Amino acid sequence: MRNTLVLLPLLALVIIVQLLASWTDSVFYLTQLTMSAYYSFLIIGLCVVMGYAGQISLGHAGFFAIGGYLSAALTTRNLVPFQDNVLVKLLDSVGLLLASKDVYGESLLVVTPWAACCAAILTAALIAFVIGIPVLKLKGHYLAMATLGFGIIIFRLVLASAYFGEADGISDVPGFTLLPGLTVSGNFQGRVQNYYIAWGVLLIGMVLLRHLIDSRVGRALRAIHSSPEAADSMGVDTARFKLYTFVLSAIFAALAGILLTHYNGGIGPSEASVMKSVRYVAIVAVGGMANLWGAMIMGIVLNFLSLRGMFGSYDDAVFGLILILIMLFAPNGILGLHLGQLRQRFALIGRKRPAEEA
Amino acid sequence: MALLRVEKISKKFGGLQAVSDVSFALREGSIKAVIGPNGAGKTTLFNLISGVLPATSGEITFKGHALNGLRPYQVARLGIARTFQNIKMFAGMTALENVMVGRHVQSRSGFLASMFRLPGFLSEEREIRRKSMELLELLGIAEYADTEAMNLAFGQQRAVELARALALEPALLLLDEPAAGLNIYETAEIGRLITKIREMGITVLLVEHDMSLVMDISDEIVVLSFGQKIAEDIPQKIQRDPEVIRIYLGEEAAVPA
Repeated sequence: MRNTLVLLPLLALVIIVQLLASWTDSVFYLTQLTMSAYYSFLIIGLCVVMGYAGQISLGHAGFFAIGGYLSAALTTRNLVPFQDNVLVKLLDSVGLLLASKDVYGESLLVVTPWAACCAAILTAALIAFVIGIPVLKLKGHYLAMATLGFGIIIFRLVLASAYFGEADGISDVPGFTLLPGLTVSGNFQGRVQNYYIAWGVLLIGMVLLRHLIDSRVGRALRAIHSSPEAADSMGVDTARFKLYTFVLSAIFAALAGILLTHYNGGIGPSEASVMKSVRYVAIVAVGGMANLWGAMIMGIVLNFLSLRGMFGSYDDAVFGLILILIMLFAPNGILGLHLGQLRQRFALIGRKRPAEEA
Repeated sequence: MALLRVEKISKKFGGLQAVSDVSFALREGSIKAVIGPNGAGKTTLFNLISGVLPATSGEITFKGHALNGLRPYQVARLGIARTFQNIKMFAGMTALENVMVGRHVQSRSGFLASMFRLPGFLSEEREIRRKSMELLELLGIAEYADTEAMNLAFGQQRAVELARALALEPALLLLDEPAAGLNIYETAEIGRLITKIREMGITVLLVEHDMSLVMDISDEIVVLSFGQKIAEDIPQKIQRDPEVIRIYLGEEAAVPA
């Protein structure tokens, strides 16, 4: 209940921004705010993995890409040549395929967005599960390394594969009708509607994750992060909880990829690049690691600035720099920073760190 | 009927025989202490029982279940709770939340039930909170429920840790030096608490350096030296055991030439 009440002022702010944008005839800002909301959806999922389960994933752009690319490919690649395939026939008979004509009058048979969405999410979850099982049992930064490798593989895979459009990516992705009258698409008339869909998805995600943190599972995760031995002795199956959290965040990333791809009408390989993963990690760090609100706010602000082109061609460099500065000066994020602390940190650079409070 | 039975348990770290062929049984409802000089293998023994370390040989059975090969969380689920010599509080969580983690094995809600607040979630959450609060009251620290655990005084942290272990509703409680770092008043208080815990029907096995506490509260004492059990008896007899006196006094007398 308390969690839900906090959302009301934010919801009001979301509405005010939209009204202001519409009145001042600057609805184009809503486009970047919509995209930022989807990126932030991924970031709050990553925040639970990093801040609460204490693991670092450098592969979340990979899960985003799995979601985006799979739903793009499934909803655009024509299945007419495979019409006689048993699997295609089966899918068609249960209503998961959509027949239409393209602009030249050729018949087109593709997977429906809902079916594609479910397939993409399941794939991302399954891959996260398989990578996570061996890796999460290890200590230290093995997950960071393994997910880095995974991210590179996904990036190279979409670049090399003709099915995923190589360097061009996939375009002409159709809209995704979530409910009758609610369609995720880049359609100009749907700009305001899509702004609300994206923010609705983000805020629902926020409520779900706040609920998770404030529960038996959330307490177990925080306990694991703080003292794995003690959590273990309390009967918490630490490996399993870390694994489920990782899978959950992969699902968030995939869903962000799916929705943003339908909104943009396409996806390109840059979405799968490792620099994107680094960016997400940097944003969670700026937000204060174990701080969902911080992650969300920073996700919106930094992605918005980046999408508006504020960082020019130094975009990736800016996020790398942010990560370094945060680690040096504000390990608790800039929202958790006080001026006195900053001075102290400056004085400490180059000197041996005193032992952190146990 | 023995609640816990340790049979010929051994642990080797490379060339070091930390625990060798130690056997003893723990009667249900009793308080047993393990004493011995530093490096005698007391904490290793605890880690073997709680599943932190695998034994090199030997067997540990609890209520008839073999504990060999079980991970600590599985041992905890069977009803064995423990505290740590250097207190391990969950940082960033309040005293109450720390104890609530202890209710983990007694509750069920998973990821989906938590995220979507499925039916049953809220009543279980209330139950966790109520039981945890009761334990804080039992240990006399209810007023600090909402204080961050790391900000509490050392003695209060010990109490939180004890409450957290009791929250598991264990049949057996392992206490690793519960009086370490406490003054004589706090030590006496811990002694009273341990006796109270026994009265709740919980069997207690403790490792302790404070002899007055051990002699006061234990029903039986096991003495370890260099990984071997050298005596096991009631406190009055242990105090007069010549071998025990020798290792304790001999250690002080051993001044290098």
